[in-house]
Amino acid sequence: MKSHAPTARLNIAFRGLALTSLRSVGWQGIVDETMVWKRKAAYVDLTTGKIAAKPIPGEVRQLFLGGRGIDMHLLYNHVKPEVDPLSPENVLFIGTGLLCGIPALGSGRCDIAAKSPITGGVGDSNVGGFFAPELRLAGFDHLAISGKAEKPVYLWINDGNVEIRNASHLWGKDTFETQDMIRDDNEDEEVKSLVIGVAGEHLVRFANIMTGMKNSAGRTGMGCVMGSKNLKAIAARGTTDIEFSYPEELLDYCKEMNEMVMKTRWARAQSRWGSLIIYSNTNTTGLIRTRNFQLNRLDEGEDLEPENMDRYTIGMSGCYGCTVHCRHRYVLREGPYAPIFGEGPEYTSLGAFGTMLDCKKMETILVANHMVNKYGLDTLETGGLIAWAMELYEKGIIDEKDTAGLKIEWGDERVLFELITQIAHRRGFGNLLANGFKPAIAKIGKGSEYYAIHVKGMSNLHSDERPTPSLALGIATSTRGADHLRSRPAIDLYGLPEELLQEIYGAPVSSDYTSYEGKSRMVWWQELLYTVTDSLGICKYQTVFCAVHAPKWEEFSKLIKLATGMEFTKAQLMEVGERIYTTERMFNLRGGFSRKDDTLPERYFKEPTPVGLPIAKGKKIDKEKFEKMLSEYYALHGWDENGLPKKEMLEKLGLDKEPSYMV
Amino acid sequence: MQKILFIDAEKCSGCRICESVCSLYHEKVCNPSRARINVAKWETAGIYVPMVCQQCETPICEDVCPMHAIKRDEKTGAMLIDYDLCVGCRLCLMFCPFGGINFDAKTGKVLKCDLCGGEPVCVKFCAPEALQYLKATTINLRKRRAAAEKFSDLMKKMLAVV
Repeated sequence: MKSHAPTARLNIAFRGLALTSLRSVGWQGIVDETMVWKRKAAYVDLTTGKIAAKPIPGEVRQLFLGGRGIDMHLLYNHVKPEVDPLSPENVLFIGTGLLCGIPALGSGRCDIAAKSPITGGVGDSNVGGFFAPELRLAGFDHLAISGKAEKPVYLWINDGNVEIRNASHLWGKDTFETQDMIRDDNEDEEVKSLVIGVAGEHLVRFANIMTGMKNSAGRTGMGCVMGSKNLKAIAARGTTDIEFSYPEELLDYCKEMNEMVMKTRWARAQSRWGSLIIYSNTNTTGLIRTRNFQLNRLDEGEDLEPENMDRYTIGMSGCYGCTVHCRHRYVLREGPYAPIFGEGPEYTSLGAFGTMLDCKKMETILVANHMVNKYGLDTLETGGLIAWAMELYEKGIIDEKDTAGLKIEWGDERVLFELITQIAHRRGFGNLLANGFKPAIAKIGKGSEYYAIHVKGMSNLHSDERPTPSLALGIATSTRGADHLRSRPAIDLYGLPEELLQEIYGAPVSSDYTSYEGKSRMVWWQELLYTVTDSLGICKYQTVFCAVHAPKWEEFSKLIKLATGMEFTKAQLMEVGERIYTTERMFNLRGGFSRKDDTLPERYFKEPTPVGLPIAKGKKIDKEKFEKMLSEYYALHGWDENGLPKKEMLEKLGLDKEPSYMV
Repeated sequence: MQKILFIDAEKCSGCRICESVCSLYHEKVCNPSRARINVAKWETAGIYVPMVCQQCETPICEDVCPMHAIKRDEKTGAMLIDYDLCVGCRLCLMFCPFGGINFDAKTGKVLKCDLCGGEPVCVKFCAPEALQYLKATTINLRKRRAAAEKFSDLMKKMLAVV
């Protein structure tokens, strides 16, 4: 083991906490001295090669749980506002959830954070697969990686040891090859790795981090941060125990949880068709952006119906500890791009490479999905940028002189594949797109901004939120830029009885999804729920995402108790969610974001949806109602009219003494 | 009627819940390297095969054990290790053709599936039903029926045509 004494800088790993006493946040829980207090974080400085391992203080657990929560606490305290996301001073955080390893709810989620090279704000992406449990079995719950290696390296983490290893032979390899080569190098098939592809090496701003065939920490450009550190991979192999406070009761309760999830129609549909199942309803209704943002329904899009995956699928695939198994394992046996074995695609890729580009063939999606996974690109950002470029080309804002001779016309899959390759390798026109929306808009100018469907610089997925104010508010307030996984109250689309909605959300909420009434509450509540879900390291699909009667606060409390001995009431867990979300808010605010950034692309307010069922047609977002909804949302979080956390809220959350450049 | 732990690898989703519940049930911790069942995976080809002791009719482990520490449980049919006799020589591990015996590096003991006394926990948790606990007589009938389905479908089509 290459181990050194901690440096002065590493010593401030958990600074800020010394200033916060648990009593000040009203902590009443009984602390059981179990394994969770012994678990460690490793701090790696790639510039100096120094590595230090330290326990994660019990206070941090109680205030931030784990996963995204602890990552956000560390990000806030380590990365100052002036830090360039691609500089050695940016820090990459890898976090396993508090419940990582339990045999339920897809407990293998891994949270990856840094300052985002796309938005300049919170960078945070959550990935399933098998890496997080392997890291925990290898003895670490969290990693903080700073500095920059002189030449390509990978981290090797094995049963309490951390090593920085040469990765020159891996540089230039795709994400699948890299994982196989690391397994071969270590002569161990069980090694799990987080890796970047050529896109991350070329510092494509929206490069992702991959593990397995399909699991990707896609959003906010975390692969670009890895590339900037010359860090090709993080590999883990562990054989140590993950201990729990009440193992027998936990085993029984996990079974109950899995049954609860599998009783929902959503989970059963997912088991069969994956998230593609969403397409049929949303496309029929008119909730899918098509030709970038010109239409809200893809006509003649039958080939993209989920049933057609049966032509290619050889079975489903699950992440660690998951009974839902929502990923297709697919094989493309014929055609110019065969043979391909891949996993996925998600509903979002169906939009990114299908509806948004007017591509209508399932095979196009399968090839593009495989390509972005191989190169290590975020599917949503890639599709969003190409759709934007196609509209600019159509409108004559760019022409063949800008695109190096490429005719980027709607529905042309060859153009799509060419542009994916160009972006990943930073060649030709792709080099411009590889910088992401904000730099590309600055370069092209000529009113191109109007056509870019992004929030805070990050592309939205292919959903059209104009008929659905709750979903629209969620992408506007998301701390990481346009994104559905920060808050999406997808159950709003079900038209549930208002009594049930009141029971869930704790106050009146309209059951009409085109209404603005109570929707701020929905978004706020879902933000807190998903924040806690990501901090526990479990899957959003197995909580209130698309299923109403899925595990939530009460079930989380019991799982935490059985796994760690820590006790939380529902209110306390919601407060933890509030603390973490407010920490993210403060990170963004001190980086220069404000209320004006919590908005939607102009077109949402100006252009009514042209097609769709009567409920979805002719809809746009009412600016005045939207602003009112935003103010209500701030108030629910305990933030003022400008979106700044109020002093009393910061005191309540124990964040008032955090080193802040804002307050 | 004794039952058999039947593996239908085509249904396996590779989630490894079987490994984690096995170690949680037997060792009270989550640790796949101390589980009695493991999923062999070829990730980049999408192939997942759960592997566990087959409780053989003529068990090699029983034959090679110099201490006669491996014996069949009359109730469940499982081959069980008598840890009072076992000296940890690992001959069973060396000779088992399926990797049915695991070695627990932490305790120095060999581990093998004991069918959880007749109610295998992995089977209860396996959502895609890749692991099933079936009566020995029905396994064969199930496989035959699955194979016959191809003929059955064909015959239905032919009859419909006529």
